[in-house]
Amino acid sequence: MASATATEAAVDRAAVFEFLLSMGDNALILGHRLSEWCGHAPALEEDIALANTALDLIGQTQLWLGLAGEIEGKGRSADDLAHHRDALEFRNLLLTERPNGDYGKTVMRQFLFDAWHYLCLTALRDSSETRIAAIAEKASKEASYHLERSRDLVIRLGDGTAESHTRMQAALDDLWPYTGEMFMNEASDAELAAAGVAPQPASLKNGWDALVAEALAEATLKKPVDGYMHKGGKRGVHTEHLGYVLAELQFLQRAYPGATW
Amino acid sequence: MYAQMVKTDAPRVKSLDEMDPQERAFQERIDAGQKIEPKEWMPEGYRKTLIRQISQHAHSEIVGQLPEGNWITRAPTLERKAILLAKVQDEAGHGLYLYCAAETLGISRDEMYEQLHSGKAKYSSIFNYPTLSWADIGAIGWLVDGAAIMNQVPLQRCSYGPYSRAMIRICKEESFHQRQGFDILMKMVKGTSAQKALAQDALNRWWWPSLMMFGPSDDASVHSAQSMAWKIKQNSNDELRQKFVDQTVPQAEYLGLTIPDADLRWNEAKGGYDFGEPDWNEFFEVIAGNGPCNAERLGARRQAWEDGAWFRDALTAHAEKAARRAQPVAAE
Amino acid sequence: MSSEWPLWEVFIRGQHGLNHRHVGSLHAPDAEMAINNARDVYTRRNEGVSIWVVRSSDIVASAPSEKGPLFEPSNSKVYRHPTFFDIPDEVGHM
Repeated sequence: MASATATEAAVDRAAVFEFLLSMGDNALILGHRLSEWCGHAPALEEDIALANTALDLIGQTQLWLGLAGEIEGKGRSADDLAHHRDALEFRNLLLTERPNGDYGKTVMRQFLFDAWHYLCLTALRDSSETRIAAIAEKASKEASYHLERSRDLVIRLGDGTAESHTRMQAALDDLWPYTGEMFMNEASDAELAAAGVAPQPASLKNGWDALVAEALAEATLKKPVDGYMHKGGKRGVHTEHLGYVLAELQFLQRAYPGATW
Repeated sequence: MYAQMVKTDAPRVKSLDEMDPQERAFQERIDAGQKIEPKEWMPEGYRKTLIRQISQHAHSEIVGQLPEGNWITRAPTLERKAILLAKVQDEAGHGLYLYCAAETLGISRDEMYEQLHSGKAKYSSIFNYPTLSWADIGAIGWLVDGAAIMNQVPLQRCSYGPYSRAMIRICKEESFHQRQGFDILMKMVKGTSAQKALAQDALNRWWWPSLMMFGPSDDASVHSAQSMAWKIKQNSNDELRQKFVDQTVPQAEYLGLTIPDADLRWNEAKGGYDFGEPDWNEFFEVIAGNGPCNAERLGARRQAWEDGAWFRDALTAHAEKAARRAQPVAAE
Repeated sequence: MSSEWPLWEVFIRGQHGLNHRHVGSLHAPDAEMAINNARDVYTRRNEGVSIWVVRSSDIVASAPSEKGPLFEPSNSKVYRHPTFFDIPDEVGHM
């Protein structure tokens, strides 16, 4: 792993670790939210499709957090990182922890995330850190399909019935203030970008705007104006919802310390 | 079983000589091991019984998502979470294959849902029991899927083509389900004493309901005899239950767990185990809607359906709009 | 009650270059969603590289009552099968 060693020397290892946590935590928390639908989706075909997306995200979690543990070098596994950190140490976007709401809101959250995720993973395929590039290569194909599906649904539900249009517009307006965080540069982001490890978050904004604007127009939905944007997820300052997600997600590991499953 | 006590409307099983020529030809084809296909002539009783059986089977898969789905968000590791989610997703898929098989008999999926939601159609009694610990996920895979496989493997040879083909696909996909359950318990019995206690507790609670899955003895049942004549049921309930016990007892021994039956002992003469009688009163209460989770399970299915109505309608509306737009504008 | 999504028949071509094969059916509001649903429902285990969907109502099927006239005539054309011809062993593989 000569190239990996070179990268680690060039960039602060902690910054790479934090970045990998953010990728893994996004997948973990959103995968968790999607898995809550299993058995309750509005149609059987939809139940199966959503589970596929959730499975992809859980798989990505294992890869990102696995690499995070490796880079950290303290012997923590992906499972250790998923089940033994408190909310303050989670780095996921606030968008991913938003409650599911109705199925339309889940679809809208997915679309807003998928558009970003797809662009981010596509850029990461060229990461100078080869292990990151390898994960992104696999994950970007999955994200591409996720985006196709969530985009198709946003268009159909936006331009469906009067009720579905109203629901989708409400979901969009409600979630919009959580989209800005995807494009905010943190201090370490410049360093990662300079070393070619990961793109600057802000650099993805134009592409995302175009993707989203096109789909929303086709969906006959009104793109909200960028106003106040919530932030904090990437620094570990979350909404109240994450605590409950973790209480569930980590229950067994916490209740039976040291047990293997 | 996933389809328990399916009625056939038959007062008794007719002999070939009593049948009219069409029905006789039909029965002779079944006796010769031929498959019956959707558009072919079939007795009304055969069609109705199949609809009941296949839809009950499908409902069981769909309701069966719920007890296991209950633990997806709390699975102990990322790998266990993915496996469980994939398994519960498979069950949705199996429900889908089965609904499609029933649809070839002239009933719509919506009608079958309506029968489920109104309480008119039944589903397997087993899914009205709660999953109280992670070990229950192991017990369900090991015992409940184990019992289901006993029934489903012979159904691959059933006389109705679409049902038989659905079962072939289902059996192929389900081969990992029982193993994943056993694997969960293997890990737990080798773990801490608390984990082992959870495993034993799960076996204590799931053993008898699993035996009940096969339904009460049907050796004297005319419905069962008719279903067997039609080759949509291949073995008697007692036969399958015996086979299940014989297969499962050594597995429990391997795990070091105790089956909660004081009457269980090896019978050298019959080459199988003797075992106690399940509490059939409990079984009939559960079937009648009084099990620990009947209200929640059906409530969850109803709510998913009702809450999703706007979503399904919107997609239909969009498809209609898109189709209209795609039509060429009429010339003046 | 609202109207049900139409039924679609799903055909999948597997990894090995064989013809598309009928694998089952599903419900979907339109063709594009039917393809997506088929991908999610019927290729969960890496079964396919190409999917066809067709509305069930658009399938034209032979009538079961014509099974005799349609298919039995080919029973007697035994010469269409290679085993009809006896080739002496000394000729070798043919």
